[in-house]
Amino acid sequence: MAESRSLYAEQIKVYPQRIFGRFRFIKWVVLATLLSIYYLAPWLRWDRGPNAPDQALLIDMGGRRAYFFWIEIWPQEVYYLTGLLILGAIGLFLVTSVAGRVWCGFTCPQTVWTDLYMQVERWIEGDRNARIKLDKEPWSLRKLWLKVAKHVAWLAIAFATGGAWIMYFNDAPTVVREIFTGQASTAVYGFTALFAGTTYLLAGWAREQVCIYMCPWPRFQSAMFDEHSLLVTYAGWRGEPRAHAKRGEDFSNRGHCIDCGLCVRVCPTGIDIRDGQQLACIGCGLCVDACNSVMTKIGLPADLITYDSLSDQAALARGEQPVPRHIIRPRTLIYIGVFLAVAIGMAVSLAMRSTLDVTLLADRAPLFVKLANGDIQNGYSVKISNKLREPQEYQIRIEGIDGLSFKLVGHEGDIVRVAGDSVGTYRMLARAPKSAISERSTSIGVTIQNVESKEESRHDAIFSGPGR
Amino acid sequence: MSEKERDAVTGTETTGHVWDGIKELNTPLPKWWVYVLYATIVWAIGYWVVYPAWPGISGYTRGMFGYSSHGEYHAEAAAAAEAQKVWTDRIAAASLDQINSDAELVEFAQNGGRAIFAENCAPCHGAGGQGAPGFPVLADDSWLWGGDLAAIEQTIRFGIRSTHPDTRVSEMPRFGADQVLDDAQISDVADYVLSLSGTEVDAGAKARGATLFVENCAACHGEQGQGMIEFGAPALNDTIWQYGGDRDAVIAQIHLPKQGVMPAWEGRISDDWIKMVSIYVHNLGGGQ
Repeated sequence: MAESRSLYAEQIKVYPQRIFGRFRFIKWVVLATLLSIYYLAPWLRWDRGPNAPDQALLIDMGGRRAYFFWIEIWPQEVYYLTGLLILGAIGLFLVTSVAGRVWCGFTCPQTVWTDLYMQVERWIEGDRNARIKLDKEPWSLRKLWLKVAKHVAWLAIAFATGGAWIMYFNDAPTVVREIFTGQASTAVYGFTALFAGTTYLLAGWAREQVCIYMCPWPRFQSAMFDEHSLLVTYAGWRGEPRAHAKRGEDFSNRGHCIDCGLCVRVCPTGIDIRDGQQLACIGCGLCVDACNSVMTKIGLPADLITYDSLSDQAALARGEQPVPRHIIRPRTLIYIGVFLAVAIGMAVSLAMRSTLDVTLLADRAPLFVKLANGDIQNGYSVKISNKLREPQEYQIRIEGIDGLSFKLVGHEGDIVRVAGDSVGTYRMLARAPKSAISERSTSIGVTIQNVESKEESRHDAIFSGPGR
Repeated sequence: MSEKERDAVTGTETTGHVWDGIKELNTPLPKWWVYVLYATIVWAIGYWVVYPAWPGISGYTRGMFGYSSHGEYHAEAAAAAEAQKVWTDRIAAASLDQINSDAELVEFAQNGGRAIFAENCAPCHGAGGQGAPGFPVLADDSWLWGGDLAAIEQTIRFGIRSTHPDTRVSEMPRFGADQVLDDAQISDVADYVLSLSGTEVDAGAKARGATLFVENCAACHGEQGQGMIEFGAPALNDTIWQYGGDRDAVIAQIHLPKQGVMPAWEGRISDDWIKMVSIYVHNLGGGQ
């Protein structure tokens, strides 16, 4: 009679052990670089003149502008964000096809903050054995003090993280002062609390549960590798059959793996890499460092666990010399090509942005109006976007029909003045003698020219009439 | 019950079913996932208590704070009106000419006027003021009762042949129905009127019609048929016709004239709304 199994599994807490090595060093460097950028970038300044924000990186939701150093994006140019996201996706596909799950193991925000939180935990509670022992102990003043200190440290980091997030949307010095003097808006406090809360929960409590259950990325990563991608691999052909070893053991008739279990103890998600590549292996390479440290100690060659491609490992298993084809392959070349195409397209488009943008809309109701003297009149809305900082004057001209003339409602003459960094809306009434129009639609041209710089924007429009 | 099969690679049981040779692993869900589910259920129950939630036969559970989306809308509308008070006060204090020459006020008046027009005027006068048979075109430069701002405001405020004591009124005699002119005379004067705007007509009819025009029509419509704004008499020498410009339509209008009615808007919309929509109509295309 089978026992009924529980439908739900207890979370098995993972206590990663500290290790030193090449990949641990690389992880620290990447973590330090990325976190420095995240926390410090909002504080960079960029002078844009008296009426503009002086923060280098700012998304101004209220003013409907995004600032990135010298680039200013208007809402109708949000497709640049699309371009950035496409570049990010293609870049990830490219990197994954070459080097496997380096995103997961080194640069993913979940990994970076969980790594930071685990190190804080290690500093306060000690390394793996000390932490396991502390959790098993009954509650005492010492245990309470350590746990409280750890959670306070975690909450402080979470608060700084949430605060840094909102500094990308508000002026950093101002909003920091406001937060601490109680003057910030509900939205600022709310979002800071939200991001602080999620950082604390995801990095402090959820950790590897995010990678295993919540994140979609591990589940389709396997579709992005092929036999030439570099993955964290256990060289089973060399390591098996595994067994414990004594001092001075002869390794000629057995596998090199001495089953010390260090690779399992340092793993942040708690897996055994000797079972092979799996969903929960985030490719951080700490097991490589662990095994190499042991192999060096007992005098065996390194790289029993290593970053290598499946085809190379298969060649080595057969006893042949591998022919590495890691970087230049059709797949990577295609990714590089698409990446460059999108990047160049965006760069060219950014460089060629004009400072004058015009929208011309003809009235649809009515299409045309018959005036008392028989002339036909059409109404148009002209919107002139002045993307320069200073107010500009523009002259409007139209042509295309004999006797075509226009007037601007509320303005004398044909020159308008638009304030800096804003849109001017004008209503234009164009009239033409009935004898000059014979069709229902006649093409006309409307030109708006900056009086000073002579930059002009020409638009085709339709002049409607009654036809024959 | 037999022992369930265990998958060799993961060590997890299968569900026991096989579909086309495909089996399914019965991997247990983490307990935190279940607790989050329970938490969402508790949250939902709390939501039902605090907010309007469950319908009854003739009512519904109201929630603890009296929230309703109607109430939220009214609060937002009141806040918007309060925010607009800065502008509506200035509009109320300024004259029409002052509003039309102030860039900020005219922009507010145009936007407000557009909305007021769409709700109140467009059903008869068309979405862009393009008119309809029997309803004047507001986007052209031909005005029955005057196209300057004051005249437009008066027309809107008091209406035409409306029930307001100060309404504008004009009455064109029923030349045919009351037998003031016979059919031949109406035909001649119609030809003369059409010739005023350039249509080719028979010379004899035109000459006879000219005499009849001077005797019957010029008093209101002017010697040259140029119209008289004081009487609301249309200009007959242009190509704009309220009831149709073909010969039959002109004859019908002389025979038994249609007299349009425009409601009086005083009291139906507020004074500053009347001002705003006057500005809007004036700036539609033909204001004087």
